Amino acid sequence: MSSKYGLLVDYNWCTGCHSCEIACKVELGLAEGQYGIKLFADGPRQLPSGRWEYTYLPVPTSLCNLCEDRVAMGKLPTCVHHCQAACMSFGTVEELAKVAAGKPKSSLFVPC
Amino acid sequence: MMRDELEGVNKSVYKTDWQWQEGEYTVTRTNQWTAPGCHNGCSVLYYTKDGKVEKIEGDPLSPYNQGRLCMRCIDMVEIVNHPERLKYPLRRVGERGGNDWERITWDEAYDEIEKNVRQIQEEFGPECIVSMQGTGRNICWQTPYLSYSAFGSPNFVLGFLSGDACYLPRTTIGHCFMGDFMVADCSQHLERRYQDPEYVLPEYMLIVGNNPLISNGDGFFGHWVVDLMKEGTKLIVIDPSCTWLASKADHWLRVRPGTDAAVIIAMLNVIINEDLYDHDFVENWCYGFDELKERVQEYTPERAAEIAWIDAEDIRAAARAFAKAMPASIQWGLKVDQTVCGIPLAHALLSLGAICGDLDVPGGCMIPRCAYDISDSYGCGLWNVPDEMLQKMLGVETSPLHALGFDPTANGDTVLQAIETGKPYPIKMLFIQSTNPIANMAADAPRVYNAMRSVPFNVVVDAFMTPTAIACADLVLPCAMSCERNSGRVWWWPLRSIVKVSEYHEAKSDEQIILDIGKRLNPRLFPWKDDVELMTWWVQSGNRFHAGWPAKTDQTFPELVEKVIDWPEDWAYRKYEKGLLRDDGQPGFNTNSGKCELYLTLFEAWGFDPLPYYEEPPESPVSTPELSEEYPLVLTTGARTWEYFHSEERQVPRLRESHPDPLTDMHPDTAAALGIVEGDWAWVENMRGKCKQRIRFNPTLHPKVVRSEHGWWFPEREGAEPDIFGVFDSNINNLTVQGVTGPTLYGAPYANQICKVYLVTKENDCSPSEIVTRKGGFQNVK
Repeated sequence: MSSKYGLLVDYNWCTGCHSCEIACKVELGLAEGQYGIKLFADGPRQLPSGRWEYTYLPVPTSLCNLCEDRVAMGKLPTCVHHCQAACMSFGTVEELAKVAAGKPKSSLFVPC
Repeated sequence: MMRDELEGVNKSVYKTDWQWQEGEYTVTRTNQWTAPGCHNGCSVLYYTKDGKVEKIEGDPLSPYNQGRLCMRCIDMVEIVNHPERLKYPLRRVGERGGNDWERITWDEAYDEIEKNVRQIQEEFGPECIVSMQGTGRNICWQTPYLSYSAFGSPNFVLGFLSGDACYLPRTTIGHCFMGDFMVADCSQHLERRYQDPEYVLPEYMLIVGNNPLISNGDGFFGHWVVDLMKEGTKLIVIDPSCTWLASKADHWLRVRPGTDAAVIIAMLNVIINEDLYDHDFVENWCYGFDELKERVQEYTPERAAEIAWIDAEDIRAAARAFAKAMPASIQWGLKVDQTVCGIPLAHALLSLGAICGDLDVPGGCMIPRCAYDISDSYGCGLWNVPDEMLQKMLGVETSPLHALGFDPTANGDTVLQAIETGKPYPIKMLFIQSTNPIANMAADAPRVYNAMRSVPFNVVVDAFMTPTAIACADLVLPCAMSCERNSGRVWWWPLRSIVKVSEYHEAKSDEQIILDIGKRLNPRLFPWKDDVELMTWWVQSGNRFHAGWPAKTDQTFPELVEKVIDWPEDWAYRKYEKGLLRDDGQPGFNTNSGKCELYLTLFEAWGFDPLPYYEEPPESPVSTPELSEEYPLVLTTGARTWEYFHSEERQVPRLRESHPDPLTDMHPDTAAALGIVEGDWAWVENMRGKCKQRIRFNPTLHPKVVRSEHGWWFPEREGAEPDIFGVFDSNINNLTVQGVTGPTLYGAPYANQICKVYLVTKENDCSPSEIVTRKGGFQNVK
């Protein structure tokens, strides 16, 4: 039985550069206002300690097909390939869950 | 995760060849620079079909960017094939300020340029022709070579940039201090990058005057910093706003804009007085430590804290962290240059790197030069200008730094004065290559608009019709984008190919344009048959300004194209120990004393202050308290956005969707007191002018500091005046000033202004573009 695939975002390092967002729009040819992965932000917001929470998280939408055409060719999904912070990975859910277990801040998405 | 670029990449898909076929596409491995604009030179794969770029990807086999790309490169196909790109040479029909043009041939355009240049050369002298370009684009050597070799003029300048306040203050003081520049070492000179055994991870990185993740300034791929952070590098960030990097930093110093010099000198105070400096390096390789030690006593952390609106203990903690780190590195940026004390601030930062023993050590403040010492910069062709003509360069009389040609450009403020006054000689022609000064770069944009219109003959070379072209051009020439050029990239290392894979109507590369014009005006200095021969000359152009390191190459441009990226074998650290920096081959630095000059002997000779100092911005709550009653906020400008390179890309749909409007950041409490809600349009105004931008809340700012974007115009609006693409409506350079610089002419207060902010209402709404173009400017309508 084939495994399910997913995206792991090591969001401790996501800088909010939007590369995933636009790479996806280009890859899927999406119209204005549509996203296959959308960047969300929390902050900058001051924490009780005085430090600043400033966290980004890209979230795959229902349009995400995990770049099935690229993956079939042996390429990575375009968001993973172009991520400037190199904080996204593609793999089977099992593999990614193991990686996530060793990360302080990560989020595993299984978009489709 | 530190990527080893050769691991984990699917080599059946991504090949090491420079070109291959993938289904219906030809795939070409090369590198992107400009157009569209960027300071970076990332490695890309172009997918072309029938001579057209249809797809682009980052090249995962490139150690430079390892497949990663920013928004602008990812959206390249939309930019390159944009229907509004300039397609043919155009000649103005009717008056300047209109948007009526006729299509002409390249030969007709060149005829007109040749006729005007020859006439000006004979009647007034070649120096009356000024050539200019925008920042850091791939015309850094082409426009200068054209100016020096075809026009015969020493007056190459950066588009009315006041105080040459981008990069040049840092490079110039670097030359005085140690004969070279410094860059944070992220292993970018090593082919194996982080895996190279010689590389050492910086323990701390000081980030000052830039947000490198977005700005990628001066050939520095900003996300390398994130690579290092993942492995444990800690940060000290000096920034008025809490950037993402600042939020992750161990030390964030929220300085008042323009006061960084006081803080850095106070850090030197702490490091020297607490004996945290590198005695060995100071004794062997520094000149003037005692004088520096005496000077820094004036800058206690308490005094600097009061100046910069921060806490003295935070300065001490940052200083100790930096000094104790082995190694520590400094990533400095544009805002260092954008104060009147840009030169002494840069001097203080160089001194910080030096006395802590971080200069040119792995993971420290490395000393870069261009691969193969290629003549990639503003001095290219300067050797063709006779000495007596060099003495006519505008700015030389005021500043010996310009005369010595450390960074051989004329001075923008002096060029503006020459246009306005006709002294010391009149300016008769502007050759404006990929710069849009009234949208960006020129301080006091309305003043520069009027000046440019008064010059008799102007040529604009650009990719799109710009407000500058509407205002003042007589001829507009369409330039090629990066994928349409045979060109190259160093700045700094490695050497990278840029190879032509497509064409767009009649657009020509900047290389071809300077070659065509040069062949007509001075064929002896343009002996090359075509752009490929020209590029081979450029690749082999090393060791013009340095006798020794790095050694030049004899490879040809076609050979480079096949290599794609070329890492010279002679990169070295601690070059001052190895005799690589000085032309005489002796150990030491390339200065009079052979050492890092904490005390600048050249400045002493010229009558400038030879030690770092702080000077209050000329207009500030401290220096102009009465003015500040009316304009109570401190204004900083020019924070970078992910979507745009300065004034570019506002016409690109996907990028504009991501960032539709010009934004001014303001503390929510300040906004509330002014009755402003996030998203409101507001006027940002001072004694020189005003513009309107939308308010974005930023709770990390000091409540008295606001931060406005630059470079805004609206290509979707009417091009002809009075609207002129709305170029003055949201233009923060309506508020900045020309001709107020440091004593060396370097450094200008772009990023430390004063202002007031208030809501745009039905009653007070108006068109600043109409005020500037039809009503004589802001001073007339107040």
